[in-house]
Amino acid sequence: MIVIVDYGLGNLGSIAKMLKKIGAEAKVTSDPRELKQARKLVLPGVGAFNHGMSRLRETGLQEALNECIIGNGIPILGICLGMQLMTRRSEEGSLPGLGWVKADTRRFRFAESEPALKVPHMGWNEATPREGSTWFAGIEKANRFYFVHSYHVVCDRPEEVLSVTRYGYDFASAFECDNIVGVQFHPEKSHRFGMALLKNFVEI
Amino acid sequence: MLKHRVIPCLLLHNGGLVKTRKFGNPKYVGDPINAIRIFNDKEVDELMVLDITASRERREPNYALIEQFAGECFMPLCYGGGIRTVDHASRLFALGMEKVCLQTAALESPKLITAISERVGSQSVLVSVDVKKNWFGKYELYSAASGKTLPQSWMKFVRQAVAAGAGEVVLNAVDRDGTMQGMDLELIREASAALPVPLIAMGGAGSLADIKAALDAGASAVGAGAFFVFHGPHRAVLITYPRYHELETLLGDK
Repeated sequence: MIVIVDYGLGNLGSIAKMLKKIGAEAKVTSDPRELKQARKLVLPGVGAFNHGMSRLRETGLQEALNECIIGNGIPILGICLGMQLMTRRSEEGSLPGLGWVKADTRRFRFAESEPALKVPHMGWNEATPREGSTWFAGIEKANRFYFVHSYHVVCDRPEEVLSVTRYGYDFASAFECDNIVGVQFHPEKSHRFGMALLKNFVEI
Repeated sequence: MLKHRVIPCLLLHNGGLVKTRKFGNPKYVGDPINAIRIFNDKEVDELMVLDITASRERREPNYALIEQFAGECFMPLCYGGGIRTVDHASRLFALGMEKVCLQTAALESPKLITAISERVGSQSVLVSVDVKKNWFGKYELYSAASGKTLPQSWMKFVRQAVAAGAGEVVLNAVDRDGTMQGMDLELIREASAALPVPLIAMGGAGSLADIKAALDAGASAVGAGAFFVFHGPHRAVLITYPRYHELETLLGDK
């Protein structure tokens, strides 16, 4: 059973629908007790960092997640804000993040010498995965994923960067740290490319 | 690099799909679920579905139908029509919509734009503005729900909407709607120069060259209806969408 964590932020319906489409058994829940029964977890999220963190705290989900991810090593996929919440902190908010990966979340900032790009970074863009990644297995090089975000993750350790995407400069569009994976794009909105990535998540 | 978006725009009318001409004469073009399935298979960039009678009839969105759309759609989906409260919008997001599009409620007050964008972020809140030329060739703000032009300046309305939190503006040239005679480039130029947010230009696209011209005039994305559902001089219904590499070549993203 794949459990999609419902803390009141995000497109839970579309993730559940895509998982169903690829034949995976999935459930949406806001009950911390149900997290422990998960084989795999998805942490979605659309919205503001502080709001997300305070929702996770208030609902008791943060504690349950820590136990599942750090204690029991259950694989988790963070999507968009879900990815950013996994970092130590964000320039968007004052609350600390979950701090599972050695990374911070920063706002897009472009050098003054370059033409300023619009923020949020919204639309389709390519993700260039690191060589031999099982997460991107079967996804062609000329892929495209759907992005909507104003902040992006900066990893301390380059070896944890799973894919990079260029918007003004290269940023980490996915990271992988043991059982913890985050993607900045929305696989559930990214046609067969996103479907292949979620299929890899289900099958890995 | 980020690619320009080319967005099919589907119009709902009594549960069926129609295409209008200059905002009138709705012609039935098929079943919406079937059309959405086809557009999904064609891997379109994004899809917009507008219920053109909801506001006119002061009706809420048809959630049961919209939920079925979301089940067929693995790309960003935007819905507009009859959204009057934050709760309406929240329900649509929960069903899997990526964006909502406001017009009638936004014309009455910008408050709803602010309330929704504070909840979900401005990138998910679109405001659509319909513009019609009067007898003297002057652009006027048009209300699709009432079918009348309004005394307010269209540019002022758009600026207020963006200031209130709209993350994108959908600009439709009423006189070009469904004509496939080319887009209103002058209008697009004027709007894109004045707006800090992405502009989705609509009305009149009849060819890839028209789409390219609108993007060159400053639009971030182009929406079209007739171009994707009609084929040939007799406007036979046939759902089409350019191949991805065609778009890439044409739009010069590669």
